[in-house]
Amino acid sequence: MEYLIAFVVGGLICLIGQLLLDFFNITPAHLTSGFVVAGACLDGFGLYDRLIAFAGAGATVPITSFGHSLLHGAMAESEDHGFIGIAMGIFQLTSAGISSAILFGFIVAVLFKPKG
Amino acid sequence: MKLTGKQTWTFSKPIYITSSAAVVGPEEAAGPLGDQYDLSFDELHCGQANWELAERHLMEQAINICLEKGTKQASDIDLFLSGDLINQTVIANYTARQNQIPFLGMFGACSTSMETLAVASALIDGEFANNVLTAVSSHNATAERQFRYPTEYGGQKPDSATYTVTGAGASIVSTTPSPIKITCATIGRVMDLGITDPFDMGSAMAPAAADTIATHLKDTGRSPDYYDMIATGDLSAVGTPILIELLKEQNYDLTANHQDCGLLVYRPDQPVFAGGSGCACSAVVTYGHLLKEMKAGNLKRIFVVATGALMNPIMIQQQESIPTIAHGVVLEAVSGGGNQ
Amino acid sequence: MAKKKLTPEQQAYKEKIKPLQPKTPYVLNAFKAFMVGGFICLIGQGISNFYITFFNFTEKTAGNPTVATLILVASLLTGFGVYDKIGQFGGAGSIVPVTGFANAVTSAALEHKSEGIVLGIATNLFKLAGAVIVFGAVSAYVIGMLRYIIQQFL
Repeated sequence: MEYLIAFVVGGLICLIGQLLLDFFNITPAHLTSGFVVAGACLDGFGLYDRLIAFAGAGATVPITSFGHSLLHGAMAESEDHGFIGIAMGIFQLTSAGISSAILFGFIVAVLFKPKG
Repeated sequence: MKLTGKQTWTFSKPIYITSSAAVVGPEEAAGPLGDQYDLSFDELHCGQANWELAERHLMEQAINICLEKGTKQASDIDLFLSGDLINQTVIANYTARQNQIPFLGMFGACSTSMETLAVASALIDGEFANNVLTAVSSHNATAERQFRYPTEYGGQKPDSATYTVTGAGASIVSTTPSPIKITCATIGRVMDLGITDPFDMGSAMAPAAADTIATHLKDTGRSPDYYDMIATGDLSAVGTPILIELLKEQNYDLTANHQDCGLLVYRPDQPVFAGGSGCACSAVVTYGHLLKEMKAGNLKRIFVVATGALMNPIMIQQQESIPTIAHGVVLEAVSGGGNQ
Repeated sequence: MAKKKLTPEQQAYKEKIKPLQPKTPYVLNAFKAFMVGGFICLIGQGISNFYITFFNFTEKTAGNPTVATLILVASLLTGFGVYDKIGQFGGAGSIVPVTGFANAVTSAALEHKSEGIVLGIATNLFKLAGAVIVFGAVSAYVIGMLRYIIQQFL
């Protein structure tokens, strides 16, 4: 069951993305930037956590969860260090994603040849 | 007067394409004209370390074959006219560094093929040169990087997108008789009808092609059926019906004899979206296919109109629309030509 | 930046060519995006459960290794020249998941490999994906500040 929910919720988020791409003729960069902001906004109202509790990977795998994690890290740190903590905590939870993207991206680029 | 009407040059001397060559990559070799090219590579890198070197290799190979077929050496050539799609036309520049022929770089985006042919003919007619070598090239991967996204990026292209032809075409233009004569050329104006979508070149370029064709017919007083074929460069499946429609409004019916090189170069089932594009598109189809048809007697007179989109990605991101241009050259088959 | 105003001639041309242009297959594209995106999330759920079962992660902490694994797989698929084909089929279905982020990073780096490791690969790594990080960080900062201020007053 949790697989089905992850499939459907993740699929629906991507479907919304496709509709935005096709109807408004925006670039993928605009789309992903918008989704990250949307994820941060939803988390601002505490809604994204509920979606994760419901859909699991269906909510954590789409890029919207990146915005959610950025805000989460910032808020957690601000509890200890006040408003200075916001800047300290932004990348706290997303470190694994960003550092692995840099690491693997770099390694693959060094080892592979573009196929065209 | 060599200038006929507003934009058409009629050459007073007999000017010929004495030799020509077309070199292509894997996707083109798998296309319907695959067996008509002089050389094809079965891999996009063409045995080179990177895409730019691959494109240079294509152009150099086309030139070498062209010189060989014309039994000429680089030292016999007075002028080299060449262009491509990469920043500052480096492919042409670096090829010219290699062959040491006096060089004029040309840029008309995908219309460069006919631009070089027209200028070469004019310079010979004006007696500034006896033998002119022209060459153009494009490469799918260099063009993707130049105009769109990285080749491995997983973006989705719409059906109106075109696929840049990997290849190069070269020709020697001179007064030495051969079966293919260049009789006139029409130089286009820049047209811009407000298309901003870089994945829809066909719609952007169709008005330029229509304008050049209509002006040519007006300048010369000819009707479309004077030609066995009017071939456009790379309007693709999107631009072709628009061109027919635009010319119908000016009372020219092209339905019978219009062909598009971008549609001739690939089979419909190849993964090329609306068709082929790029400098090499019109060049390899003209030099590889159309000239052979003319020599075989299947075509007597053709008008090749190469179309080009004159934008770059910075202009697109600044929300500018796409200016386009088209240049046409008239080729006629003559009997009892040279030794080719 | 605002779009340039079209002249009446350009406007007329736009109207005229509309029936001649290929139609965007909205429904088919949306369906393909749903299937591909859903499938990637399903794999993500599988990886997540794998970490929970075998490596003592909790449902909350399994997110990080899951994302890292997906990024590794997507980077490799980009290197093998497969991800761009998935992207052409799936559209937003392979752009929106975190795998699309990895593809944007890897493809940009790979594209500029011929310019060297420092000026080619390293400086171009975030050419496409950088926008996501910029907008993510800025929006998280602004919303974080707002929430912090509101909390102080309540």
